[in-house]
Amino acid sequence: MGDYIVLAISCILINNILLAQYLGNCPFLGTSKKMETAIGMAMAVVFVLVMAGVITWIVNKYILQQFGIEYLRTVSFILVIASLVQFVEMFLKKSIPALYAGLGIFLPLITTNCAVMGVCLINVNEEYTFLQAIVTSFSYAIGFGLALILFAGVRERILLARVPKPLQDTSIALVTAGILSLTFFAFKGMV
Amino acid sequence: MAKTLVQEFTKGLWDEIPPFRLVLGLCPVLAVTKTVENGIGMGMATTFVLVCSNILVSSLRNVIPSKVRIACFIIIIATFVTVVELVMQAYTYPLFLKLGIFIPLIVVNCIVLGRAEAFASKNGVMASLADGLGIGIGFTLALGALGAVRELFGTGILTIWEKPIQIFGPSFQPFTFMIEAPGAFVCLGLMLCVMNMMESK
Repeated sequence: MGDYIVLAISCILINNILLAQYLGNCPFLGTSKKMETAIGMAMAVVFVLVMAGVITWIVNKYILQQFGIEYLRTVSFILVIASLVQFVEMFLKKSIPALYAGLGIFLPLITTNCAVMGVCLINVNEEYTFLQAIVTSFSYAIGFGLALILFAGVRERILLARVPKPLQDTSIALVTAGILSLTFFAFKGMV
Repeated sequence: MAKTLVQEFTKGLWDEIPPFRLVLGLCPVLAVTKTVENGIGMGMATTFVLVCSNILVSSLRNVIPSKVRIACFIIIIATFVTVVELVMQAYTYPLFLKLGIFIPLIVVNCIVLGRAEAFASKNGVMASLADGLGIGIGFTLALGALGAVRELFGTGILTIWEKPIQIFGPSFQPFTFMIEAPGAFVCLGLMLCVMNMMESK
């Protein structure tokens, strides 16, 4: 049990997917202008990432390794993720319309979110067991949400500040992300 | 509207240079630019995928039904990424190890899918080839430049053709911040700022 807690903490804080592993940065910059969109994106990622992590683990173990076709990993994983996202979208629209309205446009965007694909590949490369894969997927997703929501809070404040003209918009956002990343950097060596 | 092929090619080098003008595909930009070599290697792999997928998407643009086009584009891109992955594993193994999971992640690089959707699915084969090549080379240059800045200040050494060259001399204290994660964000932000300043003059 202790091992899993250590794994979870290291995935959330130390190896934070956005700020230490540099995965999923496009939605990080794209959806962090407003708190609402950031929360929507974070929820959508938690939802899809856990499911994708579980399914790609099963696909890798029982299909790809069984038949010795690991070189098809990239193609099969992206297919699994794309169809999963489509399926989740249709399912939510039909059965939980409130959640669907909340996640809205963020669901289709997740297909090209490298955090999802990246975590699936990390799970396979590190040869995690099934339970470990679930824990890492969930904690990476939580780490993603944590960083995204923190960053959105900071960015809303920046809107009120007077930023020099050449630094405006994306440029100042990147510098801010660097400073936020520095704070997460301090967790290194904790575990 | 008839733009020449040269214009399609050169727009990728400054006007629409990723990741500065098109803020897409940031993950490899931040992750692999610890050294110049990694940056350029990643850029070349992406260029290959971009050019091939642009050509194939544009030649199949009248055949692919528009409802399932995104899925078709992803399959085409994933196929070329697998090709690059296997070729790099065979011929440039050290680089393959250094780039790690970022090679399979070219599949989800928004630049490649973005160009397929925004350009190749609407234009002819030659124009798409020029566009892919231009954006790809622009991306490679950007990665190389970012890699050079980070490597130079982070270690004081520039590695060109596997030969380390000491630039700042032995008494230089490396600014390690630059080759760590936070340095990547700050460095990219400041480069974008410099580019904006040059533009506004």
